[in-house]
Amino acid sequence: MDSYLILKNALRESRLFKNRVIVAWLVVVILIGLLVARLVFLQVHDHDHFTTLSKNNWLKIIPSPPPRGFIYDRNGVVLAENQTSYSLEIVPEKVPDMEAMLATLREIVLISDSDIERFRRAVKRKRRFDQIPLRFRLSEEEVARLSVRNHALPGIVISANLTRSYPLGQTGVHAIGYVGRINEEELKDINQADYSGTQYIGKTGVEKSYEAELHGTVGVQEVETNVMGRVLRVVKRVDPTPGANIYLNLDVALQSFAERLLEGERGALVALDPKSGGVLAMVSIPGYDPNPFVNGIDADSYRELQHSPDRPLFNRVLRGQYPPGSTVKAFVGLAGLEYGVRTPESRTWCPGWFSLKNDNHKYRDWKKTGHGHMDFFHAVEQSCDVYFYALAQDLGIDRLSGFMHRFSFGEKTGIDISGELTGIMPDRAWKNRRLGTAWYPGETLITGIGQGFTLATPLQLAMATATLSMRGQAYLPRLVFAIEEANLQQMRLVSSQAPTQVSIRDPVYWQTAIDGMEAVIHGSRGTAGKQARGLKYRMAGKTGTAQVVRIKQGESYNAKKLAKKYHDHALFVAFAPVDDPKIAVAVIVENGGSGSYTAAPIARQVIDYYLIGRLGMFGGKYEPPPPVEANKATQH
Amino acid sequence: MHTPRFQFHLDIPLLGGLLLVSAVGLVVLYSASDKSLDMVLAQAIRLGMGFGVLLVVAQVPTQRLLHWIPWVYLGGILLLMVVLLVGSVGKGAQRWLDLGFVRFQPAEIMKIVVPLMLAWYLADKPLPPSHHRLGVALMLVLVPFLLIAKQPDLGTALLIASSGMFVILLSGISWRLIINTVLLVVVGVGVLVYSPILERALHPYQLKRIEVFLNPEQEPLGAGYHIIQSKIAIGSGGLYGKGWLNGTQSHLEFLPERHTDFIFAVLSEEFGLIGVLVLLSLYLFVLTRGLYIAASAQGTFDRLVAGAISLTFFVYFFVNIGMVTGTLPVVGIPLPLISYGGTSAVTLLMSFGLLMTIHTHKRLLSGQL
Repeated sequence: MDSYLILKNALRESRLFKNRVIVAWLVVVILIGLLVARLVFLQVHDHDHFTTLSKNNWLKIIPSPPPRGFIYDRNGVVLAENQTSYSLEIVPEKVPDMEAMLATLREIVLISDSDIERFRRAVKRKRRFDQIPLRFRLSEEEVARLSVRNHALPGIVISANLTRSYPLGQTGVHAIGYVGRINEEELKDINQADYSGTQYIGKTGVEKSYEAELHGTVGVQEVETNVMGRVLRVVKRVDPTPGANIYLNLDVALQSFAERLLEGERGALVALDPKSGGVLAMVSIPGYDPNPFVNGIDADSYRELQHSPDRPLFNRVLRGQYPPGSTVKAFVGLAGLEYGVRTPESRTWCPGWFSLKNDNHKYRDWKKTGHGHMDFFHAVEQSCDVYFYALAQDLGIDRLSGFMHRFSFGEKTGIDISGELTGIMPDRAWKNRRLGTAWYPGETLITGIGQGFTLATPLQLAMATATLSMRGQAYLPRLVFAIEEANLQQMRLVSSQAPTQVSIRDPVYWQTAIDGMEAVIHGSRGTAGKQARGLKYRMAGKTGTAQVVRIKQGESYNAKKLAKKYHDHALFVAFAPVDDPKIAVAVIVENGGSGSYTAAPIARQVIDYYLIGRLGMFGGKYEPPPPVEANKATQH
Repeated sequence: MHTPRFQFHLDIPLLGGLLLVSAVGLVVLYSASDKSLDMVLAQAIRLGMGFGVLLVVAQVPTQRLLHWIPWVYLGGILLLMVVLLVGSVGKGAQRWLDLGFVRFQPAEIMKIVVPLMLAWYLADKPLPPSHHRLGVALMLVLVPFLLIAKQPDLGTALLIASSGMFVILLSGISWRLIINTVLLVVVGVGVLVYSPILERALHPYQLKRIEVFLNPEQEPLGAGYHIIQSKIAIGSGGLYGKGWLNGTQSHLEFLPERHTDFIFAVLSEEFGLIGVLVLLSLYLFVLTRGLYIAASAQGTFDRLVAGAISLTFFVYFFVNIGMVTGTLPVVGIPLPLISYGGTSAVTLLMSFGLLMTIHTHKRLLSGQL
């Protein structure tokens, strides 16, 4: 009985299942039928249409790369532009004998071994029907020579491209940056469709940080070509949108003037407009010519630049981290006023040295005999170290450091190109994190005069100075002034955001600090007093000399005996005119010895040139200042 | 005493069909790969291994597999979760698991295991399944579907879901239920396409695929390019094709996937509609044989498994050809046994091994009673 039921159920299930399978099979056949119908449609009904497109005429989709936006300085001087250049390219698939072809080509035009190298590598990477460049920047004569032989050179294409060119060469190179060929890393990060047909991408500076605006949008052409690849007609076209033009805050005349002043040295200078944060000059010396980088600089030249001890590729303005030295003194003094640890009238006795309680170690003042009774004003004017040792001790490192942070010490300024470093404004937590040790009281003292762990970039110094000159109004530093979109008629100003205000307890203290810095130049004992000679306006500033090498107790610094690389760095910060600041400058001359001897004159000339020569103030006729007689390198 | 002679379990017609398809594949591959003997050899070796696996699997009666299945399924689910957590990333998706000495995609395993699992579960009790069991079966499909779709690998996820659904469909649920569900799905897809929900659920490139499918002319530099070029290649093949090796020169220049997903376009261009019909006949033959094996199989489990495998095979080539002709959106499904690439062919042949074992391991009823 049981087995009969089982058999009956099994048979029933089997029959049901068979029905399902048959239904499934029918559905499948119908669907395949639809597919066949579609194929018949394509291969029979529309066969002629597709054959036409494929056999005699090819349908090719060609990207139209957008022309890259130009970069100008604030007065419209061209800093980066596109120039038409011709390159020699080969389609390997169309060349029957590559070696013979290369040999023939070398007889017609000059092709270097490294060109051949690069070409061979590209051939491996790309497809056989791609156009692979062999030589760039053909001269008109070379183009002619090749064109004449065109019929005998199958697979050879002379392609006209726009190549990026930097007419001013080294001037402003670190700010402007350069473009180069897109590499594999970058290929992953970009929208490849948008970059079809584009070979270059910004690598550093404004070229990189404003890549999106400068690049524009790619266009497309659907074209019919014949078997030879010649375009017969354009079927459809979407025009590319050219990249936007960019106007920088940079004043190229000022920039090259400053670069000339620093020639032969290693160092940096940055000039800001305190009322907008606009970067008027960004100088890092030595520089380099960006033009060879566009199409690929040869390995030897690159190695030379990379290994040069003067580090021309290094942007000292953003990434040079130096001990700021005495240039921070006005800020430290302001911290004392802010925390009520000092008043503007408080006096400290300076015998030429300072010691911590129960400690024999003497922290020396640069003036061995001491400065006598010092208040804030005179301590800044004469750059007394002892005043600030004592002040730092009374403030404590955490308060001192916290106050300095308000001026962007130890933090990024937020400038609109990448690569900036934060420097170091140490405090207890920082030292614990980085070095795992406790903070020593002596370290507070030397932080008070801008030495020790403290490091700042020239940009930070300039920005802090500009903020001080504007009584706490801090603008974000900006290289770019305006962007001119291709399709719009007007310019879009890259408006700096509203300034942040560094607030202090009593705004009167700003004046105290400014007065002290003014006295550095105009006071009777100012450490940069020599700069007052012939000065047509009031300038405020601060000298700084940063130790590179530690002087042992009891010894003295003797520049003549030390190798140049151990000479102190020379620094100077300044702004002018004092009552209505139009420019703030930070200069550093590496191993320059004395701030007042080496760095101050450079800042003064730059400011003169800007106010008188460029802005036309105070008579409008720029003249170089009277020469300063050679002086023993006085500290500070 | 009757010593059973050793029987080599093999279904000749099925084997023949598969070998013919593979041979066609190698011939087309030679052309699509720009005459690269290396590629053809590599593919032949892979196919050889696949056939080896097929032969081995064909010797194992399904009885032996039964109690392993739920464990392998569980293991597969766990591996899928691990992939989501730590899988090494390639091409923007997390699909691979790198164990140092071997790298594999757990999703590949699931292609076979999911229908087996469903068949195992549903065959346990008499068909058709109760609503409760149906619900559980749906969960068994849904979980791996979601895990794989999240990788993201929507193509494979849909494939696995469909193979699971085939088992369910074949398990005898009422026709009314099927038709209602199909209508619901069609309406649901229609609604989703026109509502913002889809935009948030799918990745941008998947959305792009749908847009491009609906209007390939819109994206001529990007995704739409494949379809435009593919249609030209297929259409220009005409009735007789351009002849072997004569098509690849220019048209598919710009078709990077021409030896993988778009290889059908190469075949159409070179062998024309005739060639296409030959291939479709071979595929249909294999499919029919598979369904025949299903219909004549013994036991619910064998039937369900055989049916699902055959229908899944159909989905493979239907979706690929549909995609290449611009009839369906682009999902990365390879053309079975013809597209260049390893794991897919091996798992496919493994499943055909299952078909063979189902067919050749029949107990003679007379012997039992």
